[in-house]
Amino acid sequence: MPGHVAIVIVSHSALVAEGAADMVREMVGDEVRVAFCGGNPEGGLGTNVAAIKAAIERVYTPAGVALLVDLGGAETNSEMAIELLPEAWQAQVVICNAPIVEGAVMAATEAAGGSALAVVQATAEELSP
Amino acid sequence: MSPERAARLLDAAVAAIREHADELTALDQAIGDGDHGLNMRRGFDAIAATREEVIALPLGQALQKAGMALVMKVGGASGPLYGSLLMSMGKVAAEAPADPQGLTAMLAEGVEAVKRRGKSDAGEKTMLDVLVPALGALRAGAADDLSADELIARVRAAADDGLARTRDMKATKGRASYLGERSIGHLDPGARSSALLITAVCGVLAEEG
Repeated sequence: MPGHVAIVIVSHSALVAEGAADMVREMVGDEVRVAFCGGNPEGGLGTNVAAIKAAIERVYTPAGVALLVDLGGAETNSEMAIELLPEAWQAQVVICNAPIVEGAVMAATEAAGGSALAVVQATAEELSP
Repeated sequence: MSPERAARLLDAAVAAIREHADELTALDQAIGDGDHGLNMRRGFDAIAATREEVIALPLGQALQKAGMALVMKVGGASGPLYGSLLMSMGKVAAEAPADPQGLTAMLAEGVEAVKRRGKSDAGEKTMLDVLVPALGALRAGAADDLSADELIARVRAAADDGLARTRDMKATKGRASYLGERSIGHLDPGARSSALLITAVCGVLAEEG
């Protein structure tokens, strides 16, 4: 068993990212590994490819990693970060098209039950209209 | 490419972004999240910080290094977009001849990368509304064997026309798309930064003749 799917939260705001990760831990527990990052390379609002890549690397498992992101640039920068990962990892790291907070909690809940990456992603994406 | 020419191109691009950072921010405040000028300046400052190393590299590696600096330092979607543009141009630079056909092949590769990265195309009020017509003018001019002066003038004009046309477009991509109809009437900040960079490069090439 490769273990549970891990969660990475990427927000323009470090506070939003940290708060969403806190909610996941509070509601789902520590069984699922959660990493988060927020802010541009200078610490202002924005996202940072290097920080996103590092967050994925902190929790990567062969079971996979589900990313929850907020607005536009967070998605583009997350896609870029995934492409900078070792090639063998890339298929196991996905961006969920879901609201960041609710999506993170739902994805983590599904991951805690031992579901595969595709199921975790689908559960989070059920939240999208 | 000689280090001297690479330096002139790099300096012109950095200067264009630094000089117009406030304008880019003002455009982005109207229809985006107001950080385009700051983000682009941070990215091009990062390129400037590696100037000596970049200008000494073969063109392909120089473009890839500059592109990666943008990816890592910009902090917004424009980082991966401009980064992919430069890195993809760099990937084919080694095989591209140093003539208008070669430049066309490089820019075509870069523009395709921007389309993929942004899941977008011309007509959606983005940087592609400048890049795509500029590429078209370059390709047509290269095929017609235009003089360097005429070719540069046409590429500049295509970029400027493309930029002007974004004013009346409705945004369907990026943050501006949230504004829907309200995005109409403003130039697109990404199109403006693309036009600035094309104008800067054309300026250097025109001076060199």
